[in-house]
Amino acid sequence: METRAFLWLLLLFPLLGSLSAALIHFACLSARRAGREPQALTRLAGFVASAAILASFGVALVAFATIARAHEALALESPAWHWIDAGSFQVEIALVVDRLSSVMLLVVTGVGLLIHVYSLGYMQGDPGFAKFFAYLNLFVFMMLLLVLSSSLLGLFVGWEGVGLCSYLLIGFWYQKGWPAEAGQKAFVVNRIGDASFLVGSFLLLRLFGTLDLSDIVGGTSGLVSGRSGELALAALLLFGGACGKSAQGPLSTWLPDAMAGPTPVSALIHAATMVTAGVYLVLRLAPLFASSPSALFVVGAVGTFTALFGASTALFQRDIKKVLAYSTVSQLGFMFLGLSVGAWSAALFHLVTHAFFKGLLFLGAGSVIHALHGEQDLQRMGGLRKHLPLTFATYLAGAAALSGLPLTSGYFSKDEILAQAFGTGGAALGLWIVGMIAAAFTAFYTWRMVALAFFGEERFDFHRVHPHESPAVMTGPLSILAVLALVGGILSLPHVLPFHGLLAHWLEPVTKEATDLLWTARGREVPELSAGTEWTLLGLGAAIALFFARRGFSAYARGPEHDQALRAGRPALARFLERAWTLDEAYTALVVQPVKLASFLLATVLDQLGIDGALNGSAVLAQAVASRQRGLVDGSVKTYALWMGAGAALFAVVWMAL
Amino acid sequence: MKVPTEHVLCLAAILFGLGVLGFLVRRNVILVLASIELMLNAANLSFLAASRHWAGTPGGEPLQGPIFALFVILVAAAEAAVGLALVIALYRLRQTVDLDAANELQG
Repeated sequence: METRAFLWLLLLFPLLGSLSAALIHFACLSARRAGREPQALTRLAGFVASAAILASFGVALVAFATIARAHEALALESPAWHWIDAGSFQVEIALVVDRLSSVMLLVVTGVGLLIHVYSLGYMQGDPGFAKFFAYLNLFVFMMLLLVLSSSLLGLFVGWEGVGLCSYLLIGFWYQKGWPAEAGQKAFVVNRIGDASFLVGSFLLLRLFGTLDLSDIVGGTSGLVSGRSGELALAALLLFGGACGKSAQGPLSTWLPDAMAGPTPVSALIHAATMVTAGVYLVLRLAPLFASSPSALFVVGAVGTFTALFGASTALFQRDIKKVLAYSTVSQLGFMFLGLSVGAWSAALFHLVTHAFFKGLLFLGAGSVIHALHGEQDLQRMGGLRKHLPLTFATYLAGAAALSGLPLTSGYFSKDEILAQAFGTGGAALGLWIVGMIAAAFTAFYTWRMVALAFFGEERFDFHRVHPHESPAVMTGPLSILAVLALVGGILSLPHVLPFHGLLAHWLEPVTKEATDLLWTARGREVPELSAGTEWTLLGLGAAIALFFARRGFSAYARGPEHDQALRAGRPALARFLERAWTLDEAYTALVVQPVKLASFLLATVLDQLGIDGALNGSAVLAQAVASRQRGLVDGSVKTYALWMGAGAALFAVVWMAL
Repeated sequence: MKVPTEHVLCLAAILFGLGVLGFLVRRNVILVLASIELMLNAANLSFLAASRHWAGTPGGEPLQGPIFALFVILVAAAEAAVGLALVIALYRLRQTVDLDAANELQG
């Protein structure tokens, strides 16, 4: 570990950017109240925010270069202060950059920078322009805190912070109503995962006596023999948190609704960075997960299930952003599949390439939506390749990478995960088969989307909409991401090609312990695929991708009629897939309705009948008694005098008798 | 010859009974008030009788009864002032001094 104070600059720039954008936002508000439209001021907020991310990116490059120049594995540390110092429980606030987090840093700041620049064009004219950049910079700050923190508690602060920013940005256009609801849904569903995360952290604290990540990672092997059950439980609880943040399994339901936010938000938060936090968490604590093959198998099963769930649901979506959202859910599932078979670097590789190509696809979709004045329905697009040539070209690159067409980045990263699943064998073979099916679906829906958006006849209203190519500030980031999506595979080529495994080699110091633990726990050697097998798997992946991409493209190249044909063939299945495996309906039936029923019972039976009944009952009783007695009070003074006299006489008689 | 205390007390009881009877049967408010005066004076008479009865015995206070009676007369004067004011207020409200006309305040 080397101490480098400059790491704090990484956090400082976005924080300052966020604060200044927020101040500019308030200045804009008061200018607007005074009746002026502060255009120059608004633009300034965007530039300040983008410059802040550029500065952070620069610092990230310096950190990366410092680590890369060192001969052995080097981690940079920047301690700050003791946050909590209570007896044996101590939490230190410190930033750490090692080989794993340096890659994450580059992705967050690099892709973040491109998306900031893109947003300058996309959000132009929006009344909340400055506020948008304040939120976006705050998000980058929180994400960097998540990635850099040396302790699990600091990571959790970032974890919650990105959740907050996600909520704010999903509901950015809250005036429309449903984005605010989508934001709340995301927040509430994430809360479920966060509760699991917290309980897992408490368990880790009990096991290790510290929340320092490197202590936990280093101490795992010592606890494997005696307390493996608790380790597995802690790993599963943390994975529960990862499920919430990374939209896995039953907690995936918030991500498709999160598309209510502005499209750059979908690209940055809900595709490239925040949703990969769960993957990062598992990678960071890889030895903990590796110590328990059964916990790791749960991770893989949930991930693979989610990969199939997302890919099959994306087949029938009409909204272009919903296709991409379900695709993201599915691709994150692939990453967890990779983690579960110990393909640590492959998971990170897919995380990076996914940030490139999915960020690109979202930005491309944003460009399309921008050109069509807010139209998101694929059935009302078509023929856009003539109108948006640059967007079309970059979108093709993204689609090729997502569907895994040979030699693109997505092809190599997905195949590396699937090849390692295949090589692990045993139960992982089942995961491999499901993963291949999901990959086939992926190719199909990707090219269905491309065909519906860019080919065929123009199905939008020509009188209302005149599609035009987006400005350079938007197409610039698209082009850069397109290049990265195409050539990003060079980061980690398969063993049979030259320059292979750069990323795996880079990450080896971080993942070595986890790999050792995993294969010791499984009682086997690390499996090596023969060159022949590897070529076969590469060929198989390419064949499946090409075949289904062609099927998807040709079925929809003329228009969306094929949807009806598919629906007519298997109506029940189509409805099931269209409604995302009826996940929302299941939540309604299993959670929402019972809660509503219980609330109804509490409100009417317990509260209104029980508590209010007791109160009102005593009042009615008092009234009934009073109505019997009221005859005594007839208003005549003489009656009262008579009663008084009678009472006095009674007293006198009683007194004398005694 | 000294009048026996019993006779004085009997007179006071008769006066008090007349006052009660007058209070209960009369409808004119002024006469009702006069009945109250009658009862108060019956009480005064018994105070004086008791004072005279115990005078000269150990513990007997010769002035206790008269002073009580003086206080009662004082309070009766105040009561008469308030009572007559109420009668005038009632008359303004009802154009009558009939007590049975003022019976709104009932259950």
